[in-house]
Amino acid sequence: MSDFMLIAVSTLDATIRVSTPLILCAMAGLFSERSGIVDIGLEGKMLAGAFAAAAIAAVTGSAWLGLGAAISVSICMALLHGFACITHKGNQVVSGLAINILASGLTVTLGIAWFHQGGQTPLLSGDARFFSIDLPGALAVADIPVLGTIYTQLISGHNALVYIAFMTVPVTWWLVYQTRFGLRLRAVGENPQAVDTAGISVFWLRYRAVICAGLLCGIAGAYLSIAQNASFIREMSAGKGYIALAALIFGKWRPKTALLACLLFGFLEALTVRLEGVPLPLIGEVPAQLMQATPYILTVVLLAGFIGKAIAPKSIGIPYSKER
Amino acid sequence: MSNKTLPTWIDVGVIPLINVCLAFLVSGFVILLIGESPLEAVQWMITGAFGYAEGIGYTLYYTTNFIFTGLAVAVAFHAGLFNIGGEGQAYIGGLGVGLMCMSLDSFMPWWALIPFAIAAGAAFGAAWAFIPAYLQAYRGSHVVITTIMFNFIASALMVYLLVNVLIEPGSMSPQSRVLADAAILPSMKDVFAVFGVNIANSPLNIALFLALICCVLVWLLLWHTRLGYSIRMIGFNEQAAVYSGINTRRTIVITMCISGALAAMVGINEVMGAQGRVLLDYVAGAGFTGIAVSLMGRNHPVGIIIASLLFGALYQGGAELSFEVPSITRDLVVVIQGLVILFCGALSLMIKPTIEKLFMKFFAAKERANV
Repeated sequence: MSDFMLIAVSTLDATIRVSTPLILCAMAGLFSERSGIVDIGLEGKMLAGAFAAAAIAAVTGSAWLGLGAAISVSICMALLHGFACITHKGNQVVSGLAINILASGLTVTLGIAWFHQGGQTPLLSGDARFFSIDLPGALAVADIPVLGTIYTQLISGHNALVYIAFMTVPVTWWLVYQTRFGLRLRAVGENPQAVDTAGISVFWLRYRAVICAGLLCGIAGAYLSIAQNASFIREMSAGKGYIALAALIFGKWRPKTALLACLLFGFLEALTVRLEGVPLPLIGEVPAQLMQATPYILTVVLLAGFIGKAIAPKSIGIPYSKER
Repeated sequence: MSNKTLPTWIDVGVIPLINVCLAFLVSGFVILLIGESPLEAVQWMITGAFGYAEGIGYTLYYTTNFIFTGLAVAVAFHAGLFNIGGEGQAYIGGLGVGLMCMSLDSFMPWWALIPFAIAAGAAFGAAWAFIPAYLQAYRGSHVVITTIMFNFIASALMVYLLVNVLIEPGSMSPQSRVLADAAILPSMKDVFAVFGVNIANSPLNIALFLALICCVLVWLLLWHTRLGYSIRMIGFNEQAAVYSGINTRRTIVITMCISGALAAMVGINEVMGAQGRVLLDYVAGAGFTGIAVSLMGRNHPVGIIIASLLFGALYQGGAELSFEVPSITRDLVVVIQGLVILFCGALSLMIKPTIEKLFMKFFAAKERANV
């Protein structure tokens, strides 16, 4: 196998691992924002989920219980967001920010009190983590050049949550574009009055949307702490929720393009690690900080209208009042 | 559901107070949850923040930062803009302050340098706010998203500059050289020493006076100038502002630049004052605390001073608390901050109907009694 192939496969493999939480959070944001609820709280929900997963997995020794805890905690935070923004018509950005700050403080405070390890949770091993799965036939085709390598190294050998993350994209697409729920969801994000006039509860629709968002952020959190890593580390979400939000906007609030944006941003991150200290031909060494900032810069450039136009759902950020 | 049913003192006094109390109540539950006594925690916090001279110095030093960032958020809020980018603007503003000070500190004392430093910091902070503002006003992208992105870009840029450009030769840690002693703002200890009063040493410096001056200026700007009138009108009803002949786009850009410049003044307190150099992540979340401060202070300079003092006390008291009670760290302050933003910001309308009902009942009963 050539060196290039090896490097390419390992970089793409890293891309998949890095993109997984981005994809889950971007789909979470898609449900919420398509229903008209701004969700900058992706980061906080994911962080809280990561802590819950690691804490419960450490106590019970079961990764699946950890995943369940992550999802429950994340949904609770999503419901808090809904309670503030849907029921009490609060400012959605303020509420999302509150959730992020709350998660950042609570995870460390509770972590120190419960585990006495400076905010970390105990290292997990065995069944307390999600381990990589070898897809059927992976060993058999390993020797076939190119295609076999790609199947064995790139597609096979990830943990269950990675496959779940990639599955959420078609599922999200199907839910949003092919079902009655999806049609109403998109409608409520564009024109809630019309949906209300048709006799459908705007509140309940939006609540269901934020619950979907909570569910997916919880999985993303569990992935961080009990699949990709073996414990919770303070601030381990490290801005991934915001990158996912950027990817969602970059993907113009559509599942397929958001997936591509997540993969692009994930690839950039994988490349940053690989290019650390390696001079490129013609341009020399690219500063790692520039690579890290690229997703944000690209999103700003997109928002400025230089790469196509990102049009947000029409009624996003506006609380719905029936009285009008 | 009009605002007229409640008198002003309930609307701006009682309701925010109840919201803050709710936030503290929930914080108390969090302390109970981790097995400590909330009352003891409050006691340590108050002792830490106000119990001794050095503690008071630290409290006021934190307060200074929060006044700047709180004012920055408030000015933008009045125009209906939510500036989450205070953190990045303060960071880049500090770079401006640092660069100006480093180029002039060899031949200028602080009192000659300070106007230049303020101008440079304000220019850098305003420039960092200008791009999101321009994109909001002229290209229709949302200022919330772009300022979040600019926070991350600022952070990456500053890491790059500190590691590769500004780093003190021979030093391992990414920070610039220390400014000349004469160029660093005098601390309050020095100021009081001139009058023969001896106070404890702390990072508190004369930037506190700058913060108070900024409060007065913001108050004058918002309520006593044409620009302030246009800013508030845009926040109240942008359509009406357009029809009354206000150039809303230009005003939005100017407002955000003022907001960025105010946030940048954190650089005066830190880079030219307490730290005496540019260092990594020196803003340390003050930009986000500014949001809590502004929400709690109802976007009014007086409210912001009170809220900043409270948060300054929380930060300093939190440090003391984590020192005295090992199972509690300063992250508890972050929790309280989050809860304040939740109750005073996102849930600010929650208790209003209840208060309205109670008030009407009480009021109606009184009316009847009078008849």
